[in-house]
Amino acid sequence: MSVLTVRDLSVVFRTETGPLSVVDKVDLSLDAGEIVGVVGESGCGKSVTAMSLTGLLPSSANVTGSAVLDGTELIGAPESVLRRVRGREVAYIFQEPMSSLNPVLTVGRQIGEVLRVHEGLKRRDARARAVELLALVGIPSPAHRVDNYPHQLSGGMRQRVMIAMAVACGPKVLVADEPTTALDVTVQAGILDVLRDLRERLGTSVLVITHDLGVIADIADRVLVMYAGRIVERAGVHDLFAAPRHHYTAGLLAASPVPGEHAGTHRLREIPGLVPVLVTQPDACTFAERCAAAEDDCRVQEPRLDPPGGSGHGAACWHPVRQRRGAAS
Amino acid sequence: MTTTTTVPDRGRLLRRLRRNPLAVVSFVVLTLAVLVAVLSPWLAPYAPEATDFGRTFTPPGTPGHPLGTDDLGRDVLSRIMLGMRASLTVGVLAVATALVIGVPLGLAAGYFRACDAVISRLADLMLAFPFLILAVGLAAIRGASLANAAVAIGIAQIPGIIRVVRSDTLRLKSLDFVAASVVDGAGDLWILRRHVLPNATSVVLVQATVAIPAAILGEAVLSFLGLGIQPPDPSLGTMLATAQQFAARAPWSAILPGLAIMLLALAFNVFGDSLRDALDPKGSTR
Amino acid sequence: MRGYLFTRAWQSLLTLFLATAVVFLGIRALPGDPALALAGEDRSPEALAAIRAEYGLDQSVFVQFGRFAWNAVRGDLGTSTRTGVEVTAMLGTALPVTIELALLAILLATVLGVGAGTVAAVRRGRPAEWLANGLALIGLSVPHFWLGLVAILYLSVSTGLFPASGFVPFLDDPVANLHHIVLPVVILGTGLSAVIMRQTRSSMLDALGTDYVRTAKAKGLRPRAVIGRHALRNSLIVVVTIVGLQLGALISGAVVTEQIFGLPGFGKMTIDAVFQRDYPVIQAVVLVTATAYIGINFLVDLLYSLIDPRIRVGGAAA
Repeated sequence: MSVLTVRDLSVVFRTETGPLSVVDKVDLSLDAGEIVGVVGESGCGKSVTAMSLTGLLPSSANVTGSAVLDGTELIGAPESVLRRVRGREVAYIFQEPMSSLNPVLTVGRQIGEVLRVHEGLKRRDARARAVELLALVGIPSPAHRVDNYPHQLSGGMRQRVMIAMAVACGPKVLVADEPTTALDVTVQAGILDVLRDLRERLGTSVLVITHDLGVIADIADRVLVMYAGRIVERAGVHDLFAAPRHHYTAGLLAASPVPGEHAGTHRLREIPGLVPVLVTQPDACTFAERCAAAEDDCRVQEPRLDPPGGSGHGAACWHPVRQRRGAAS
Repeated sequence: MTTTTTVPDRGRLLRRLRRNPLAVVSFVVLTLAVLVAVLSPWLAPYAPEATDFGRTFTPPGTPGHPLGTDDLGRDVLSRIMLGMRASLTVGVLAVATALVIGVPLGLAAGYFRACDAVISRLADLMLAFPFLILAVGLAAIRGASLANAAVAIGIAQIPGIIRVVRSDTLRLKSLDFVAASVVDGAGDLWILRRHVLPNATSVVLVQATVAIPAAILGEAVLSFLGLGIQPPDPSLGTMLATAQQFAARAPWSAILPGLAIMLLALAFNVFGDSLRDALDPKGSTR
Repeated sequence: MRGYLFTRAWQSLLTLFLATAVVFLGIRALPGDPALALAGEDRSPEALAAIRAEYGLDQSVFVQFGRFAWNAVRGDLGTSTRTGVEVTAMLGTALPVTIELALLAILLATVLGVGAGTVAAVRRGRPAEWLANGLALIGLSVPHFWLGLVAILYLSVSTGLFPASGFVPFLDDPVANLHHIVLPVVILGTGLSAVIMRQTRSSMLDALGTDYVRTAKAKGLRPRAVIGRHALRNSLIVVVTIVGLQLGALISGAVVTEQIFGLPGFGKMTIDAVFQRDYPVIQAVVLVTATAYIGINFLVDLLYSLIDPRIRVGGAAA
C-alpha cells in the first residue's frame, strides 16, 4: 500500500536570469515500510524534490504537480497544514549533522521541541521521551547525553541525534538526504543500520537521497535514478545493479568501484561531459549530449519512463541498454 | 602604480552601481555637495562673516536671503555652504589620518602573527574609548581648532580601519596566489605591496566611505561643544550652537544647518552601502 | 573556570592601573601650571608655594601618583581644585544621572535595534525591510544633538510636553524624574539603535540561511519559534559584542546629551573638569571610565557564555 504518491512533480525557480527548471515531471511512490533510494549527481534535483514535498523551498520556487500523503494533497496545501505534516508525518535527516543541529540548544531540547509542538508534551515529559529516543538510535548513556550540546558529540552521534529527532513523532515517511556523506566510512554503516532497524521496528518508510551507489546497494529496496531533474530509471535494487537499462545508470555504475570479489579488477570510467542545467524544458533526452548511444530521435523527443506509473523496472530511454553489465557503453 | 591586480573588474562594478538608483542619486548628491563646498567662496552670495544688524532673524524666503539670516544678520545660505566646506575638509582630513595610521597597522596585524595580538588588543581598547574624551583632552592641550578636531576624530577611527584591513589581509594571505609568491621567494613587504594592498583597496574604500560621514557628525558635535572650529569661522556645528540660544525666535537657523549635515552624511552612507553591495561577490541581492 | 576568572581579574587591574597612570602622568606633562590657575588674584611666589604644598604639587610626579593611588584604593579621590568639593561626593551626584540615562538608552537602543533588525531580515525584500533600512541609514546620518535641539524646540518650548532641561533625582520624585529623562533617553537611544539594527539584520540574515534553521522549519515549528528560539539566539552572540562596543559611543553621546538637556551628569562634569584643569576630577573621570570599560567587558563575556554553550563549556581551556 502506497504511503506517498508523487505525480508530475515539477519545480521551477525564478532567478535573475529567468526561470530555471530544476525538477521535471517526477513520479514516485513509497510503500509502507519500504526504503527507496534516489541516486544522482549533485545538482540533479534530488534534494529539491524532497524539500518540495512539505513546502520547505524558498518562495522563489514554483512547485506544481501532486504529492499525496495518506490521502492528503501536499502540493499547494496551506502553510498550517504543511506545518503539521513536517516533523510529524514527514521528517527529514540532513547531510551535515554539525550544522543542522542548533549549537546553542541541548540535544534533548531540540528533540523535545518536536514532541512539544506536535504532541503537546510538557517539558519534563518531552525530555523523558528524548532520553528514550536517544536510546532507540543507539546512543550510549542517553540520560547523560540528553543534556549535551551538539559540539560535545561526535559526528556519528550527532547524526543519530538527528535521526532521533526525525522519528520522535513516528513519521510515516523519513527523508534521509545524504545521511552518511559527511561521516567517516566506519560510522556510515552504523547509521544505515539504525535506519534499517527503525524501518523494522516502527514501519517507517524511508526515502534515501544519495549520490553514493554503495549506500543504495546497502539499504534500498527500490531505486530511482535521477538525472538533470528527471527520473531516468526505476528498478528494484538487484535489477538495477544487475541489468541497468538507462545509459546514464550504466555509466554511473561503471564510474563506481565495485565491492566484493571483483574489487579493484576493473578500471573506473567517467561519464564524459557535465550535467546540463535545465533552463527550459527541451523536447529531448537530457542525457543525449553525453550519451554514446544517442541517435537523432533522442534530440527531438523526450523519452518517458516505461512503463509509466507502475513500479516495475523501467527506463526513460529510446535505446535502452541491452547488453549485460560490464559490456555497457 | 602599474601593478596587476585582481580587484573585481571595474566595468562590472560600475555597471552594478549604475543599475542601483540609490547609488546614482547619492552619487549625484555627493558630487553636487563637493562642488558647492569647493566653490563656496565664489558661489556664496555673501561673505559668511558679513553682519547686517538691520536685518537680523529674517525668515527664509526673504528676497536676497533665500534661507534667512541669523542673530547677527549673517546670510544662512552662505554660512551653510561654507560650513559644508569645513565639514568635508574635516571629514577628509580625519579619514586620511585614520587611513595613514590604520592601514599599515591593519596589514601588519593581518600578515604578521606576532603583531596581531598587540595591535588587535590595542584596537579593541581604543574602540571602547570615548572619542569625545580624547577630543576634549586634545582641545585642552593644543587648543580647539579644525585641525585638532580632525586629528581627534581620525584617531578615533583608526580601530575600525585596522579591523577591516586586518580581516581582509587574513583572507588574502590564505589565497593561492599569495602562497605562490611566497614559494617564489618573494619578500613580505613586496607581497604586501604587490598583492595584499591592491586587493584590499575595495574594503578600505568602503570603510572610508562610511567613515567620512561619521567624521562629519563628529566635527559637528565638537564644534557645537566649542571644541572644534571656532567662531566666527562658519561651521555647521557652531551655527547650531549659536542657534540654540535663539531657536525659539528663529527656528530655521537651528533646523537648516542640521538638515545640511544630515543630507551630507546620508549621501555618503547610502553611497557606501551601495558600494559594498556592488562589491559583494554574492551580491545578486538587489 | 577559576583560572579564567583569575586571569581576567588580573588583566582588569592592570588595565585600570595603566589607564590611570598614563592619564596621571599625561596631565602633568601638559603646559600650564595648575598652581597658577588655583591662585586666582594672589600670584605672589609665597602664595603659589603654599598652594603647591597644600595640593602636594611640589613633590615628584611619582610620589604624587603613589599618594593618589593609595588614597583611591581607600576610596578617597581628593577634592576638586575648583570648588573644594570632595570628588567622591561629586561622583555621587553625577553618576546616578548618567547611569540612569545610559541604562535606559541602551535598553531602548537594544529593543529598537534588535527588533527592527530582526524584522528587516525576516521581511527581506518587502516594504518593512526598506523602511527599517532607511530609518537605520537616517539614524546613522542624523546629528543626534541636533535632533535633541529640535525636540526641545517643538516638544518642550512650543508645546511644553516635556521639560527642556534639568533633572530630578528618581528617589525624590519618580514621575518627574522620568518626565525629565524621556527626551534625553530617546535621543541617545535612537542614535545607538541604528548600529545595533544593522548588525542584527546582517547576523540574522546569516542565521536564517543556516542548516539548523532549515532543520527547525523541517520539524514543523511555527515561524515565531524558528526565528526566536533558533535564529535570533544565535545572532545575538554577535549583537552582544556590538552592544558592548557601544560603550565609547554611549559615553560620548551621554556627554553631548547632558550638555543639551542640561543634565548634571558625569559627561557635564567631565567637560567642565577638562576646561578648568581640575586634576583630581579628571583623574576620577578616567578611573571611572576605565572601571566601566572593564565592568562592561566582563558583563559581555558573561552574556556570551549564557547565550553560547560552546564558550561556557570550553571556557576553562581558554
